[in-house]
Amino acid sequence: MSIVTVQLGQCGNQIGHEVFSALCSDIRGTHGLCSKKENQSYHDSCKERFFCEEESGVPVARAVLVDMEPKVISQTLSMAARSGHWKYNSHSHFCQKQGSGNNWASGYSVHGPRHKEAIMNLVQKEAEKCDRLGGFFTMMSMAGGTGSGLGAFVTQCLRDAFPTSFILNHVIWPYGTGEVIVQNYNSVLTLAHLYQSSDALLVHENDVIHKICAQLMNIKQISFRDVNQVIAHQLGSVFQPTHTAGEGSGYSRNPLGDLMETLVAHPEFKLLGLRNIPQMPENSLAYSSFSWPGLIKHLRQMLIANAKMEEGIDWQVRPPHHGSSIPSTNKPLHFNTSIANLVILRGKDVHGVDLGSFRDPSLYTAWLNPQDAFRAWETPRAFNKYEKSASLVSNSQFLLKPLDSIVAKAWNMFASKAYLHQYTKFGIQEEDFLDCFTTLEQVISSYTNL
Amino acid sequence: AVSLPFAVGQCGNQVGCRFWDLALREHAAVNKKGVYDEALSSFFRNVDTRSGGNGPDIYKGKICSLKARALLIDMEEGVVNEILQGPLRDVFDSKQLITDVSGSGNNWAVGHKIYGCQYRENIVEKLRKMAEHCDCLQCFFIIHSMGGGTGSGLGTFVLNLLEEEFPEVYRFVTSVYPSGEDDVITSPYNSVLAMKELNEHADCVLPIENESLFEIVNKINQMINSGKLGSTVKQSLVTSSAGSAKTLQEKPFDAMNNIVANLLLNLTSSARFEGSLNMDLNEISMNLVPFPRLHYLVSSLTPLYTLADVNVPSRRLDQMFSDAFSRDHQLIQADPKHSLYLACALLVRGNVQVSDLRRNIERLKPSLHFVSWNQEGWKTGLCSVPPVGHSHSLLALANNTCVKPTFIELKDRFMKLYKKKAHLHHYLQIDGMEQSCFSEAVSSLSDLIEEYNELDATKGGPRIDPSRLKIAV
Repeated sequence: MSIVTVQLGQCGNQIGHEVFSALCSDIRGTHGLCSKKENQSYHDSCKERFFCEEESGVPVARAVLVDMEPKVISQTLSMAARSGHWKYNSHSHFCQKQGSGNNWASGYSVHGPRHKEAIMNLVQKEAEKCDRLGGFFTMMSMAGGTGSGLGAFVTQCLRDAFPTSFILNHVIWPYGTGEVIVQNYNSVLTLAHLYQSSDALLVHENDVIHKICAQLMNIKQISFRDVNQVIAHQLGSVFQPTHTAGEGSGYSRNPLGDLMETLVAHPEFKLLGLRNIPQMPENSLAYSSFSWPGLIKHLRQMLIANAKMEEGIDWQVRPPHHGSSIPSTNKPLHFNTSIANLVILRGKDVHGVDLGSFRDPSLYTAWLNPQDAFRAWETPRAFNKYEKSASLVSNSQFLLKPLDSIVAKAWNMFASKAYLHQYTKFGIQEEDFLDCFTTLEQVISSYTNL
Repeated sequence: AVSLPFAVGQCGNQVGCRFWDLALREHAAVNKKGVYDEALSSFFRNVDTRSGGNGPDIYKGKICSLKARALLIDMEEGVVNEILQGPLRDVFDSKQLITDVSGSGNNWAVGHKIYGCQYRENIVEKLRKMAEHCDCLQCFFIIHSMGGGTGSGLGTFVLNLLEEEFPEVYRFVTSVYPSGEDDVITSPYNSVLAMKELNEHADCVLPIENESLFEIVNKINQMINSGKLGSTVKQSLVTSSAGSAKTLQEKPFDAMNNIVANLLLNLTSSARFEGSLNMDLNEISMNLVPFPRLHYLVSSLTPLYTLADVNVPSRRLDQMFSDAFSRDHQLIQADPKHSLYLACALLVRGNVQVSDLRRNIERLKPSLHFVSWNQEGWKTGLCSVPPVGHSHSLLALANNTCVKPTFIELKDRFMKLYKKKAHLHHYLQIDGMEQSCFSEAVSSLSDLIEEYNELDATKGGPRIDPSRLKIAV
């Protein structure tokens, strides 16, 4: 099954490019550390998922690029083509001239309806190229105007046009200390709207990735490109082919479906966090060796202590004792309760890795069957030059604090009515804001009371 | 997306002239292949002049003849004529000029009411023609001074006109405010009458004070002449026309006008050139104007001189950020550090990455006072292309209550004249002018000052976060 990616706005397009780059570079690599047959299978599966063939033999990304100003798309298209190893379809993009001005209302209420037909036509074309459509992967930031506002509108259109397809939104949460002053308004409006039409929101926070670049990757002058490359690596570690039904089952044909089935049991809980270890500069890879038990132990502690990366983990945090019924208020502080988790293992000696510690019922809420709350995917094929790589996609309280922080700042600004005139002039009224605040307070409350 | 500048009056056109020259230089430095590209199209049309005079526009391919997208308006001919006889004559054609002979006599009313009425149709027609040549018109720039008659009066008339004819297009105004020692006696009248128009019809105003420009130019000259920094300091490309596209004779206000021209270039750089975090003009308005009337932005530009050595350690980069917040880099007589920030934007050009931005914001934040509802109110942009002669540069735009003293002083100077009814008859004898124009104007200014007062009153006060919505569990 194939996934159609929709890249929205500057951020969505910049990251999208890095993702396809990483996927392509991974399958071209000779460091798979597995049998030729396995490698070929992986290669074919990845190609089916993300690329389609052209006469020239150069893989063409299954993607639609959307932006309200031309510079980023122009750059993205040419960078991909210059690589010589993959490219975008030269017609699968839509752009305008004047941008959305960081205004969610402009993206949603003005650009959305105005350009709906043109954009959905492109999406339809890409969807038709797939033998079997596995769903949509949209990429956007929620801080600006296009990715956020137009992105929310397009997601709604996707839902309307493809009611039975899976829609996964990859959302970038901006640096806490502003990239955009109205980012918290744009974020609240985006998240509340996406919650209605999307199946799940897979989140990356700029602050967290920045720290990874600084402390783990040892990058001195961190650029957005560096940040985007780490994000691309993490996304690749989730979406490159895996065996989801155990050894010998062949690569999964339905990655988005499998993901949703595992992680999103209840429509009130759609926020997914992502962790990937190990993470290090490329030139250190050859000198490092990890053991699976070590990696699993770290990943599990990152989960329960809500650590953002593998350094500075609080090892003191422990799960509560599992009893017949524990009221949520008795749970130890700082313990991150999960609804469901997905662990993905790639690389050497991956079979038979003991994941019992992730099946511990005390990690999870009481209302899901422990067997249903955890899944593992794996492949012996190493990813992106990492001999061993472990990823965790988690539906847990990972994003509770950051979400609460965004809502608090947005509410604070809303109470003063600052900037509201910029939104009302494009048709987003105070009541619309209030509805979105209500939706998100509900989400916060639900996750808090796990 | 196109930005259309209108240079109105003597000051406006002198700044405009510097602006066009620097824009050509900047694009020439970047555009090595002589191809007419998206970046050039925001300020220039590409016209086929082979068949003489005014050929059709060429939208792609080789550069044939670049024509500035602009309207030059002056009610005296001197400045515009000089431009047309000078090295920039090929960049403009007669259809972009509106001139008259007798000037406005430093009288806002003459500029606004008499010439406004007289030239309205002409201006609208030329404006429509220019708009037709743009596939996407994003904003208008008005460059003018506040103290005289044409720039101030006719300039604000044009502002009104733009709102009527193209309400969707953003209106940015770069206004040069008169100093206390201004030799035009009626400059306070002209400025306050113009302020009312700016209050009501501009989306964003960048006030500039000649005193600040003068001090900056002086300081640079002192530094160069004293040899304090040794031979590492070259004649500043920000303030001089050294290395310009066309050779020009330096005139007294040139260095000061260069600064304003560079301000406009930097403001539009991220819309023209690529970068990892683009900042378009409509984003500036969106992020920096929390309430419609509070749209006055204090600007600062760094660095102001060129260092000859190429390797710039990050210490110097950090110094650039510090300088942007210092009193002596502001383009008005104001000290934002000791007043209240409503919002702040940083547009960086050159080899500067997001980590440099973050490091400096973290470093500078503690010493700045932000309003309670916007504690982390930073808007940032990263443009890869530096200005000519620099490896990087920073433009800071602050919506800060430090503009208040400028407005208060202006009001005081106005009242000094108004109380004695000095020179009032020169205005009142103009058709359409009444006493109420004056009282309404000063009232508008007072209201604006009061809004800043109310904000200042909240500074340093206790921070009470509003209680959140309660959800039934």
